[in-house]
Amino acid sequence: MLRYLLEKEFKQFLRNSFLPKMVIALPFVALAVFPLIANMDVKNISLAVVDNDLSQISRQMQEKIVSSGNFHISGYFDNTEAAMKSIEQGSSDILLEIPQKFQQSLLRENLGNVMISANTVNVMKGGLGSAYLTNIIADFNGDLITKQLPETANAKPAIEVRPLFRFNPNLNYRAFMIPALVAMMLILICGFLPTLNIVSEKEKGTIEQMNVTTVNKHTLIISKLIPYWVAGFVVTTLGMLSAFLFYGMLPRGSILLIYLFAMVFILCISGFGLIVSNHANNIQQAIFIMFFFVVTMIYLSGLFTPFRNMPEWMQLIGNASPLKYFIQSLRMIYLKGATFMDMQRLFYSLCALTLFFNSWAILSYRKKS
Amino acid sequence: MIVVHNISKQYRKVQALSEISFSVGKGEIFGLIGPDGAGKTTLFRILTTLILADSGTATLNGWDIVQDYCRIRENVGYMPGRFSLYQTMTVEENLDFFATLFRTTIAENYDLIKDIYSQIEPFKDRMAGKLSGGMKQKLALSCALIHRPLVLFLDEPTTGIDPVSRKELWAMLQKLKSEGITIVVSTPYMDEAMMCDRIAMIQKGSIMTIDTPQGIIDKIPQKIFAVKADNMSCLLADLRKFESTETCHTFGEFHHITFRYDNEKLCDELKFYLQKLGYNGVKIKEIEPTIEDCFINLTDSRI
Repeated sequence: MLRYLLEKEFKQFLRNSFLPKMVIALPFVALAVFPLIANMDVKNISLAVVDNDLSQISRQMQEKIVSSGNFHISGYFDNTEAAMKSIEQGSSDILLEIPQKFQQSLLRENLGNVMISANTVNVMKGGLGSAYLTNIIADFNGDLITKQLPETANAKPAIEVRPLFRFNPNLNYRAFMIPALVAMMLILICGFLPTLNIVSEKEKGTIEQMNVTTVNKHTLIISKLIPYWVAGFVVTTLGMLSAFLFYGMLPRGSILLIYLFAMVFILCISGFGLIVSNHANNIQQAIFIMFFFVVTMIYLSGLFTPFRNMPEWMQLIGNASPLKYFIQSLRMIYLKGATFMDMQRLFYSLCALTLFFNSWAILSYRKKS
Repeated sequence: MIVVHNISKQYRKVQALSEISFSVGKGEIFGLIGPDGAGKTTLFRILTTLILADSGTATLNGWDIVQDYCRIRENVGYMPGRFSLYQTMTVEENLDFFATLFRTTIAENYDLIKDIYSQIEPFKDRMAGKLSGGMKQKLALSCALIHRPLVLFLDEPTTGIDPVSRKELWAMLQKLKSEGITIVVSTPYMDEAMMCDRIAMIQKGSIMTIDTPQGIIDKIPQKIFAVKADNMSCLLADLRKFESTETCHTFGEFHHITFRYDNEKLCDELKFYLQKLGYNGVKIKEIEPTIEDCFINLTDSRI
C-alpha cells in the first residue's frame, strides 16, 4: 500500500514545475550566496588620514596600516574638520589623525599620540575597525622600539600577547555560518514542505477522499514524509558538496556522523511540521504558524549569535529548539572533528525532542479525527 | 441496508443535526432534499465515518459506523460535493490510484463504470484539474465506484453541472440501482427529487418528512392555486394580504397560493378582491402540487 502512496507522492512532487528545481538549487544558492552576505569579517574599511607631521615614521605607519589588507585610504585631509566631513558623508569610516611633531616627540621624549575616531553607526565596522587599527599601531610601535631603540627594548621585557585561535585559526566567519546554513535548509525542506503538502490536501478536500479509503492514517502520513526525508538527504549531501566546492570546507569529523544527526533532525523537524499541519486548516495559517516558530527557533538556536549570550531564562526556552543541537553538532563535527562520544548529550537531547514532537503529532492527529 | 437512529451533531453553537432517524433499503435511491446548510453534508460525513456523531447510532449493512468503520470504508463509495481528486494526476492515474488503494484494478470492475468512464476515456491522459465540471463529476463518480461499493453516497452530485450531464448522471444512478447498489444522494434541486425512490426532506438539521415523492405530494392537505396578473411584483404582496391566504410564493410566471380553508367560492372571492385593487388579466387555476410546493409548504408550516 505504502508503495502506491509513495508512487503518487513522487509523481506529484516531480510533476510540480517548481519544487524539484528548488530542492536542487537551494543548497547551491544558499551556500554560494548567503555566506558572502552574512559575513561578519570587516574588510575594506575606508580610512581618512590627517597627517600633520608628514614625517618618515608617520608615512611608515600608514604603509603598515594599508598593507594589513583591511584598510584602504579614502583620502588625505589637511585638517580634522575636512576629515570629519568625509565621515559624515559616508565616504570614510575611521579617521586617523597624526599630530605635528609626532616623529620628533617620539624620538626625543619616547612619546607619541595619534587619534582614532570611528563612525560606529555600523557597530561591527566601527568597533572592529578601530580595534584592528589599534592593534596595527601597537604592532608598529613594537617594531619601532626594536628598530630605533634596541637598548630600551632589551631593557624592558614586555608581556607579549600572542593569541592562538583554535579550530578556526583564521577566524573565518564562513566556517561558523556554513554548517548552520545546512541546518536551515533542512528546516525549509523537511519542515515546511510536508506540512504544506498535508494542509493543501486538506484545503483541496483530497484528504477526505483518502480518509474514506481503507488506508490507515499512519501509512498516509509516512507516505507524506518519506519523499521529503529523501529530499533532506539530497540537500544535506549537496550542502556538504557545495561547502567543499565553494569554500574548500571538509568536515574534520566523520561524514556518517553528520548523516546520523541529519536523520534525527529531519525526523524531529518533520514531526514539528505535522503538529502544525494538524492544527492549521489552510495554507495561510500553516505558513504563518511555521514561520513564527521557525524564526523563533533560529534566533534561539545560536545560529547568528552565541547561545550563551542570551539571558538565562531565554537559554532555557532555547533548549527546546532542535536547531540548537543540530547546529552545534554540525559545527563541532565540521570544525573540531568531534566524535560521537563528544556529542552524546547533543544527540540524546535531539532524540528526546524528536520523540516529544512526534508523539504530540500523533496524539493531536487522533484527537481531530 | 442503512439504519440511522437518533443521530445528532453540534458544531460549537450550531446544531447541525438533531435526532435524525431513517432507514434505507437495499438497492434503493434515497434522496436527501434540503436547502444549503440543512445538514446534508454533515450527515454524509457521519455515515461515511469521516466524523463522529455526538449521539445516536447508525449501521450500514449491519456494521456499526463507529466500531466497524474499517468494513464500512471498504464497502462505501463517497463522492463529496467539492471535486476532490488529485488535480495534478491524469484521469487514468487517478482512477488507477483509487483502484489500487482498494486492492482492485480498473479491469476488474470495468463493467460497472464502463457507461460513465467511457465518456471520459478519450481524455484519460489529461490532468484531472483541466477537465470541465461535468467530466470532473464523471471521473469522481468512476473513482467512487471503482471498488464496487455496496452503498454509494453522493453529496450534491449535480450542483453546478449542465442539464445534459445532470440527465446522464441520473440515468447512470438508475443503472447502478439495477446492479443492486444502494444510493444515498443529496440535492438542493426539487425536480431531481422525483427521480428518487424515497426522499427525506431535511431542514435545519431535522427531517421534516420521509416518503416516496408521490406520497409526499399526496399528503399535501390543501389545494394549490396558481395566480397570474399583469403586475406580478405587487401581486405577491397583495395576495399575502388577502384574508384567507395561508401561504403564497412565487413559482416562475405564477404565484402559488394555498388557502386557510377549503371553499369553492374562495377563488371567485380572490378574483373579485384583485380586480377591486385594479389588477388586469387575473388568472386563477387549480394545479397539481409539485415537490417544491410540498417543500415550501412543510417549511412554512413549521415556522
